[in-house]
Amino acid sequence: MLHVVAAELRKLRRPTLFLGTMAAVVFFSGLFSALLFLLIDSPQGNADRGQVVGREVLGLATGGVQGFSSTGGFLGIIALCVFAAQTAQEYTYGTLRNLLIRQPGRLKILFGKLVAMKIFAFVMIVVSAIIGISTSVLLAPGAKVNTDLWFTEEGIEAIFTLFINVTISVIGFGIIGMVLGLLLRSPISAISFGVLWLLIIENLLIAVRGSLQNWLPGAQLNAIASGGTLDLAYKSALTVGGIYVGIGAIIASILFVRRDVAN
Amino acid sequence: MNKSAISVRDLSKKYDNRLAVSHINFEVPLGTVCGFVGPNGSGKTTTMRMLLGLITPTTGQGHILGEPIEHPERYLSRVGAMIEGPAFYPALSGHENLMVLAKLGGFPIERVQILLEKVGLAARGKSKYKTYSLGMKQRLGIAAALLPEPKLLMLDEPTNGLDPEGIQEIRALLRDLANEGTTVFVSSHLLSELEIISDHIVMLRKGEIVFAGPIGDLMAKQQPTIIAKSLEHSDLKKIMEIAQASGHQAVIRNDSVHILAAMDWAPELNKAAFNAGIVLAQLAPQLPNLEETFFEMTGDK
Repeated sequence: MLHVVAAELRKLRRPTLFLGTMAAVVFFSGLFSALLFLLIDSPQGNADRGQVVGREVLGLATGGVQGFSSTGGFLGIIALCVFAAQTAQEYTYGTLRNLLIRQPGRLKILFGKLVAMKIFAFVMIVVSAIIGISTSVLLAPGAKVNTDLWFTEEGIEAIFTLFINVTISVIGFGIIGMVLGLLLRSPISAISFGVLWLLIIENLLIAVRGSLQNWLPGAQLNAIASGGTLDLAYKSALTVGGIYVGIGAIIASILFVRRDVAN
Repeated sequence: MNKSAISVRDLSKKYDNRLAVSHINFEVPLGTVCGFVGPNGSGKTTTMRMLLGLITPTTGQGHILGEPIEHPERYLSRVGAMIEGPAFYPALSGHENLMVLAKLGGFPIERVQILLEKVGLAARGKSKYKTYSLGMKQRLGIAAALLPEPKLLMLDEPTNGLDPEGIQEIRALLRDLANEGTTVFVSSHLLSELEIISDHIVMLRKGEIVFAGPIGDLMAKQQPTIIAKSLEHSDLKKIMEIAQASGHQAVIRNDSVHILAAMDWAPELNKAAFNAGIVLAQLAPQLPNLEETFFEMTGDK
């Protein structure tokens, strides 16, 4: 399987994909964190959907990772797109047959790809964390936010916990992308369907019936990234989200192993 | 020791109600170049896909280098293949594309540059695949197939898009590989090319085997033809009648009569034509070539 991971990483490290993705991560991680501090006194709010995150909240031990936390969902969408495109393109380019001729173990191909994309996602999360926290540290004094608690033991623990949660969430989004790529076998279809569902359809459904938040996959993964929300407990999100990802991965694996490669 | 590189028994593939390949049987001896011919849609690519483990046969058995096709992991490390044209990542260079496959198969990465040179792509190895011409893509596909130093090379239309010089190079390359002991199983619609390089032929039509065996046996089965031309075009019909009167099939094509007969009947024809007042401008034997044989056996024109 290590051969598959190495081969996959060669594709993922190509400059347009790697640098392009990292540039987007740097820009949006910096932007989300900067807005928290630059708009701290704005009556329209300084966080997601007009929420106000005040100096008291930002001054807590968890204040240093507030910006990084807001980037979690965005990182998930990027992971979904990358995982979906990297998987589905093997069908559209016809390269899957080359891969299977060189490595007939189909599950090895699938898991090797997954491991390589997880490494890619991990780098993305590390970059986002560094940029988000650095931006916060740089802008906090100007916004008169106290940073004394940010790097205490409690603060470090908050960074570590959030990092783990964002990683779980991003990998969950990525696996959903990979499943869509395997099922739809077209990058455009897989990405369109995934993004449309997560950004629009789920939000519409939740707006119509709030209790659906407890059952829809995107809501679970977003809640995991934030360590749980007021409406959705972390453990519940982890369980329901895990079931979605697990069932999707099993169905996609069975299809991938059994399906004829006829294109 | 197994003497067949490929051995197929009763192999079929059915898609819904359509039988793409129907109970085929053939063998390809080790160390030979075997041409795999058939019209479009005859089941060549489907057969190759089954042999490479990409699709599951509906019925039948196959063995590659002595291993059953149900276990491609046992033989694919010794097989090189290019199926249905080259397929690579457009945003990667030729070199990077081969590196991906070399890493995947665990082959020495030094082979990448060696193979780029072997197929004449060394100068363009760093260019993105999407900038390649069809011929260059084809060459890269052949290089990828050669990565494992294969004992068996399976190529599907490898000369597509190549210029005459490129075709000649590929022909020489395949012959060299066969001389080094590699079995080459190659499909092509350029039957004249296959005739030059092949020792064996497997002929497929509508999913069924029409012929499988040494190319010499195939040609020996075909009747030789005598081509007769006269000075006057109006005499062609008379020549045809003379041939038919002697029990030979004959047909006028363009400015000559094609008579299915051995060359030792030619003096008799010459004499009969002279007696009928016909002056023959040409009387020559024509051995059937693979293309004619193919059309005759498959009933296609």
